[in-house]
Amino acid sequence: MTVPYKLEELAAKCGQWLKGTGPESDIVISSRIRLARNLAEYPFVRRASQDERLSIAKLVRTRIESIQGWENVLYILVNELNDLDCQFLVERQLMSREMAEGEGDRAVAIDPEEQFSIMVNEEDHLRIQVMFSGLDLEAAWEKIDKIDDALERKLNYAFHDSFGYLTACPTNVGTGLRVSVMLHLPALVITREIEKVFRSLQKINVAVRGLYGEGSQFMGDFYQVSNQITLGRTEKELVQTVKEVVPQIIEYERRAREFLVNESEQDLHDEVSRAYGILCTAKKISSEETLHYLSKVRMGINLGLIRSVDIQTVNKLFVHTQPAHLQKIRGHQLSVTDRNIERANYLQRHLGHKDGSDLPEM
Amino acid sequence: MKCHRCEKPATFHITELTEPSGPMSVHLCEQHAREYLDQESEDAPVNALAGMLAKQLKLEQTAEQLAKLDRKTCPVCGISFAEFRQAGRLGCAYDYVCFQADLEPLLFNIHGAKLHKGKRPSHGTGSPDRQHRLIQLRREMQDAVSNENYERAAELKLQISKIESGEPLDEPEST
Repeated sequence: MTVPYKLEELAAKCGQWLKGTGPESDIVISSRIRLARNLAEYPFVRRASQDERLSIAKLVRTRIESIQGWENVLYILVNELNDLDCQFLVERQLMSREMAEGEGDRAVAIDPEEQFSIMVNEEDHLRIQVMFSGLDLEAAWEKIDKIDDALERKLNYAFHDSFGYLTACPTNVGTGLRVSVMLHLPALVITREIEKVFRSLQKINVAVRGLYGEGSQFMGDFYQVSNQITLGRTEKELVQTVKEVVPQIIEYERRAREFLVNESEQDLHDEVSRAYGILCTAKKISSEETLHYLSKVRMGINLGLIRSVDIQTVNKLFVHTQPAHLQKIRGHQLSVTDRNIERANYLQRHLGHKDGSDLPEM
Repeated sequence: MKCHRCEKPATFHITELTEPSGPMSVHLCEQHAREYLDQESEDAPVNALAGMLAKQLKLEQTAEQLAKLDRKTCPVCGISFAEFRQAGRLGCAYDYVCFQADLEPLLFNIHGAKLHKGKRPSHGTGSPDRQHRLIQLRREMQDAVSNENYERAAELKLQISKIESGEPLDEPEST
């Protein structure tokens, strides 16, 4: 099968992490862990020649293909993809924007269930990531630990007795571990409490940042919480650091939602219903506007104010209405105007259905 | 080069790694660098790597020592400390050995620790000498090819294949 065909197949499905299941999935979208690893016999990627990058990509491919149980893992040569396919993989969170915009031989290995992906020749030779739906960091750590062990049996990792796993940037050295939890916090944004909450978090070695959608558009209500340091603590301790702060943020968000319902339920109900109405009836809609209204609808569902659509459908729509997804599902490139029309049609088809199982047919 | 904020020569070259638009270089005189770095420590995230590096160097070393450190080069991948300071990225695993004493305070500033406590590869990672030698030989071969010294390139290719196939190292290097 050719790569484009496989990507079409991927476009027609939905990653595990979007299922809207798992603990606290009304507020926690996903739990992600990544490990940075390098091969001892090659210079780090920025310093590697074109030939060396090619050798690394080939070597990793051979080793991945020889791992038992990984027969269905897709190995995609990113340097051979067109811009649309690259953007599609970025929207899907299977690879980074840096990877898409990079140069030279590079690849991404993708588990068909989309629980894990491995970027080859990004900033480090290997960037392994695991994504789970909801707040499930222990499961994510167990999974990535096993993947790392399987790869380690086949490859010589660059490791230093004192500094641990060696990385191109000293900010990742040691465990090479980054734990990130993606949260949906619309009520904290509306009540303007968000800044206060995050200022208090920065004192405990946890970084918070807003998420960006297409280009540099700010996806207002989504925030990512992650560990700042990687050296001097065990992986489990680092996971625990993030795991401990997330319930506090969830609690703040729940309280803010409760406050909004108590103080102004009518206004809130009106706002989420209008958002839903626009998504169901618009004839042309940009991805920015779509994200803005979907965020309100998602909160409306969680508060029981909207009952005709479920969380899973809305989660999928966040991804499937992004530009590259719309074009992959449609099967050809579309201009911005055509995309806005297509997006409106797509939303109309899929909102109002309680069961989102027919996604993403057009 | 002049300081970005006055007419004095810029003696501090700081690369900001946390800018959303990508790495950004700031060139400043000592006085403005001090102001810049002091303001850094209050607002910027902990991993403003190059800022910390410059700050640490400023505190501990004279301009002469700094210049000497900047010229220090990794014998394996060829990166100089100055190049690392500019880009904020190291060149190969051996840099952590070669620049160890210079990196330790930086790592402590970033992570609040200098020692790894997490998992370790269970099957061992092979011989570091062999791995570093491979990186070095591949680089030498590339240089030989670009200098059209094909005879030397062929010799190096042979040596690389020997190491890759597991034969003992015939020329133990200082690395």
